[in-house]
Amino acid sequence: MTPRTIAVVSSGLSQPSSTRLLADQLAAAAVRARPAGTQIVTIELRDLAHDIVNNLLTGFPSPALRDAIGQVVRADGLIAVTPLYSGSYNGLFKSFFDVLDPEVLAGQPVLIAATGGTARHSLALEHAIRPLFSYLRALTVPTAVFAATGDWGSTGDAGDALTARIERAGAELAELVDQRQPAAEADPYASATPFDQLLRGS
Amino acid sequence: MQFGIFTVGDVTTDPTTGAAPTEHDRIKSMVAIARKAEEVGLDVFASGEHHNPPFVPSSPTTMLGYIAAQTSRLILSTSTTLITTNDPVKIAEDFAMLQHLAEGRVDLMLGRGNTGPVYPWFGQDIRKGIELAVENYHLLRRLWREDVVDWTGEFRTPLQGFTSVPRPLAGVPPFVWHGSIRSPQIAEQAAFYGDGFFANHIFWPTEHFVRLVGYYRQRFAHYGHGTPEQAIVGLGGQVFMRENSQDAVREFRPYFDNAPVYGHGPSLEEFTEQTPLTVGSPQQVIDKTLAFREQFGDYQRQLFLMDHAGLPLKTVLEQLDLLGGEVVPVLRRELDALRPANVPDGPTHEALVAASLAGAGTELETSTR
Repeated sequence: MTPRTIAVVSSGLSQPSSTRLLADQLAAAAVRARPAGTQIVTIELRDLAHDIVNNLLTGFPSPALRDAIGQVVRADGLIAVTPLYSGSYNGLFKSFFDVLDPEVLAGQPVLIAATGGTARHSLALEHAIRPLFSYLRALTVPTAVFAATGDWGSTGDAGDALTARIERAGAELAELVDQRQPAAEADPYASATPFDQLLRGS
Repeated sequence: MQFGIFTVGDVTTDPTTGAAPTEHDRIKSMVAIARKAEEVGLDVFASGEHHNPPFVPSSPTTMLGYIAAQTSRLILSTSTTLITTNDPVKIAEDFAMLQHLAEGRVDLMLGRGNTGPVYPWFGQDIRKGIELAVENYHLLRRLWREDVVDWTGEFRTPLQGFTSVPRPLAGVPPFVWHGSIRSPQIAEQAAFYGDGFFANHIFWPTEHFVRLVGYYRQRFAHYGHGTPEQAIVGLGGQVFMRENSQDAVREFRPYFDNAPVYGHGPSLEEFTEQTPLTVGSPQQVIDKTLAFREQFGDYQRQLFLMDHAGLPLKTVLEQLDLLGGEVVPVLRRELDALRPANVPDGPTHEALVAASLAGAGTELETSTR
């Protein structure tokens, strides 16, 4: 198997964070599903919170944020995990995706997941988070994973259900990552239109 | 090498006093700043063009014509003239008129503008920004270079037998710079015509602009105007100085923290590390500006932003004393000495007239018809 990189983006705000815990378990499941040569890079948005806001205000990323964005954009797949706030992704999660250039996630396989207090909020994955990635033209895997606080202490059916869902989602992501051509970063200079063509177009 | 200042023309409350200049105050300050620029030995004054508050300079050639009458040496320019939403016929007329009044001390920098609503206010579509810049500029060039123009395009009513008056001074149009923050197409446009390319890198990290300028240089050579090193490059800069650098930081911080564009964002320290902003002693400004040459190669024009964010006129004039008295003489000496003999100096009307008389401009002109 070709070595591939999966980026993990977690926007949990507490430390330690159950959002990060879920993110790590999803990453491990993806690695288990494609055992040869999968590299995981994890980006904690909390560490970049000020840089993300500064990017919103100035229009450019700090060196640390630029590195993180580069890792996400160059990755062959993405695991994106957010806590649910007020019925949706948290502001930090959305702000990170807001500062990306248009189109950079187009076609990228993405596994979406969220944490919340109770299972009542689980459909936020379908009405808020999946549409965000549809807008970005990313390729979300069918299984989205929601973990309520109670799931972390469940045994039997509830606990097994979360574990099974994590495994299934990880396998779905691994399959899409395998099928996809290795990502190449767009070069605006290599693809710039020669001027006589620009002129003829006018 | 040419040194000067460029102004956005913002009306901003002084955050340290709460004093808000009127539009009239600001306009008169801009004139005073331009006169001071000549007095302290700078070469260029450039005004932005805006069509919304809190900015005042909606009519740059009116202001530059007035400044032309009060100065004798200063080159009057823009930063930028909106090539997308102005009628190219009016640009041709306004700048030719200004050229005559200023005895040729005129050039201009074209830009697309970054204020979305200006497009619909002037009857255009922002999604056509690049196409407007390409078509309008091509027409502008013809209006200046051909006495009678027949023309049909996508964005403006056709012209039949049209003569733009007055004709450019001595038959030589003003030099044109193209300014862009992120579009390779505009670097391509500047390169195609052998025009100047101005990278206003004051709000963004240097490495991004190094690529953009490098691309322009390479395409300038591709289109046969010379070597990449001979391309005509201008750069922005932003400085605040006091003899003691700690005084500069202390005095400028409230203006920085509340500035339009980047205020309430990164710290002054982060911003000075990541962008060309220098807040410190004149020597620090000299060192940072000399580093521009190492990053971008020998270049022809350096413009500094000195008068925004509510800085009082008195402070700006003091800044210009430092810039003209302590910084620019050193930079001029160092950068002129480092520039190889085959790399052109900053463009002037006299040089363009001389080149035109020598016939050097002929090939360039006909190739772009």
